[in-house]
Amino acid sequence: MAETTLKSAEQKTPSFSLRRKPRLGETVVQGLLFFSGFFSIFVTLGIVYELGKEALLFFQMPEVVILDTLTSTEWKPHIGKFGIWPLLTSTLMTTGIAMAIAIPLGMGVAIFLSEYASQPIRNTLKPVLEVLAGIPTIVYGYFALTFMTPLLREIFGKDVVQIYNTASAGLVMGILILPLITSMTEDALSAVPRSLREAAYGMGATKLEVATQIVVPAALSGIAAAIIVGISRAIGETMIVAVAAGAGPNFTFNPFIGAETITGHIVRISGGDLSYDSIDYNSIFALGLFLFFTTLVLNIISQAIVRRFREVYE
Amino acid sequence: MTKKLVVEEFADNLDARNRRGTIWHLLFQASTVVGILALIALMLNVINAAFGYVAYEARVDPDTLTVDGTPLEDQSKDQLVTLLQSELSRGAYNKLDNEKSFAERSRDDVFQLVVERIIRPKVVAVWDLWPSLTQAGEVRATVAQEYPKAELDFISWLTTDFVTRPQTSEPLTAGVRTAVLGSLWTIFFTILLAFPIGVGAAIYLEEYASDNWLNRIIQTNINNLAGVPSIVYGILGLAIFVRALEPLTSGEVFGLVDPTTANGRTVLSAGLTLGLLVLPIIIINAQEAIRAVPHSLRNASFGVGATKWQTVWSHVLPNAMPGILTGTILAVSRAIGETAPLVVVGASTAISFDPESPFSKFTTLPIQIYQWTSRPQSEFRSLAAASILVLLILLLSLNASAILLRNRFSRRY
Repeated sequence: MAETTLKSAEQKTPSFSLRRKPRLGETVVQGLLFFSGFFSIFVTLGIVYELGKEALLFFQMPEVVILDTLTSTEWKPHIGKFGIWPLLTSTLMTTGIAMAIAIPLGMGVAIFLSEYASQPIRNTLKPVLEVLAGIPTIVYGYFALTFMTPLLREIFGKDVVQIYNTASAGLVMGILILPLITSMTEDALSAVPRSLREAAYGMGATKLEVATQIVVPAALSGIAAAIIVGISRAIGETMIVAVAAGAGPNFTFNPFIGAETITGHIVRISGGDLSYDSIDYNSIFALGLFLFFTTLVLNIISQAIVRRFREVYE
Repeated sequence: MTKKLVVEEFADNLDARNRRGTIWHLLFQASTVVGILALIALMLNVINAAFGYVAYEARVDPDTLTVDGTPLEDQSKDQLVTLLQSELSRGAYNKLDNEKSFAERSRDDVFQLVVERIIRPKVVAVWDLWPSLTQAGEVRATVAQEYPKAELDFISWLTTDFVTRPQTSEPLTAGVRTAVLGSLWTIFFTILLAFPIGVGAAIYLEEYASDNWLNRIIQTNINNLAGVPSIVYGILGLAIFVRALEPLTSGEVFGLVDPTTANGRTVLSAGLTLGLLVLPIIIINAQEAIRAVPHSLRNASFGVGATKWQTVWSHVLPNAMPGILTGTILAVSRAIGETAPLVVVGASTAISFDPESPFSKFTTLPIQIYQWTSRPQSEFRSLAAASILVLLILLLSLNASAILLRNRFSRRY
């Protein structure tokens, strides 16, 4: 009985099939969308190819010896010395100072927002952090030069602190990175399920013990990822150091005197009229490639940490 | 007995634990306060420099310009025009006349020209807002003693004139019109590149892409691109748009080369570079917006026989559009504030003429701030502060519109 109805239905509608029809418009649209999706791959390839090509030219120049680049403590293009260390140490110094500010403060703010603050306070503070995160970095640069530097010179004395110094740039960079670390950490903390906290309270733990011994360890992968992203951001940060850290590579570990970071050097070199294929031109590509890979590796590590060590609750 | 012991053990260190809890609570609170104080200090620091006393001297004493016993301020427009004609070179006078004929200009406008071109006030000292308010008497005394010929005025560096005047090298008459127009031109090309490709990529990844290795690579790649430092995009822009595509970005292939530029360091190159920079941000935001559209909507559309693209175009996109636009506005405000990549691409340091085509030289608001901040004289710091205020107001209104958009059109399913 049922078989016959099915058969008759098939016989009644032979004029169209349920198979997918080839439609030109759909295919064209899909092709365009795929191109858009694939476009970002071109961007990455473009970065690697263009930066790699020019960086290779840089290392092929007679003045540049790779071994010297890695070991020499002098970066003086006009006399043919290209040791990366002066640029690297000042980059590490500004990054280190920034993280020394941003990690404790960021964690503090995040724990306060997620564990202590009441809903209305959280609702007013989070937009404030977003505003802080939305301010262009050149404004932070202005702040470093016109506020932080005079402040440091007031505190430590004008003979000790130069007008351009890495301490001021690093401190302000810490303020810049603070909202980034805070919001990522806060996300990680609020993802920890309520039941864990309740269980700890049931055992008689105080609020602090719940926060530091239960919630923070449970969210550790997210916090580690936040810190690594913060470091990567600090290494690539440009305008604050370009304005406040000083011009001219300087191999020093004194945070109160001027020293040029990798990014600051790129900006200063390319600010003038840069002629193609000069050694300066090629050197910024080599430095750019170094920045690209450093931050890429840091970002990949951070993503891997999140994937690998995430505690999954329900 | 045992029970009591446990309670006592608890009580033993309970005070200490609670004390520790209070101390750390205060520390967490303090770090939040520090963050807020930093924001307040940043704002006050900018406002402090954007207003205050300024002492300036005239390069040409206005008293020498008295005609028939009429002081300069009371002269008629015709007298002022005659004055300009006699004091300026013929070329400079004709140039002004060509920009806008003197017959059309108002008296105030002409008076302004006389001040700018003949009297040419020169800043000799600047005070910030705080000393201007608290030590006004001392400021006046200092000026009277050290600069007897100088005039002292309390001014706001941020005025409507400041926004509408072109850039000049004279602090008192400098403005940011050139830079604001440059920013707008640049952003136009940024959106033109990043919006269609960004939304297209998001649609592809959310609606079409199956879970295979290629699409996973695309997704990972986008996430990684979002973390690349902006200066690297600047270097990429320098290599590709400024150099490799120079015939295109300088307008050569269209026969539209701007005689003042004649190379690839143009508005177009800058806009495209920023376009690459914000592309991953737009894609990620648009993906989230598309993901928020419920599946029932798509299924209903498929159920009535719509094709995939019809479903996306008429159901998914309209519903995701507020989210996509909000994300795009946020990405654009990031692009407006970018400085480093544009320095590398080759923003001009000092141009006083407005960009007129995609192939013009360019400067943008953040670049202008960078230039003025880098100068040691405090009058330029004040100009930088005023342009920071312009930039922040611009960004704030963009963000406000994004929030309004989100609240106005957001739907909950």
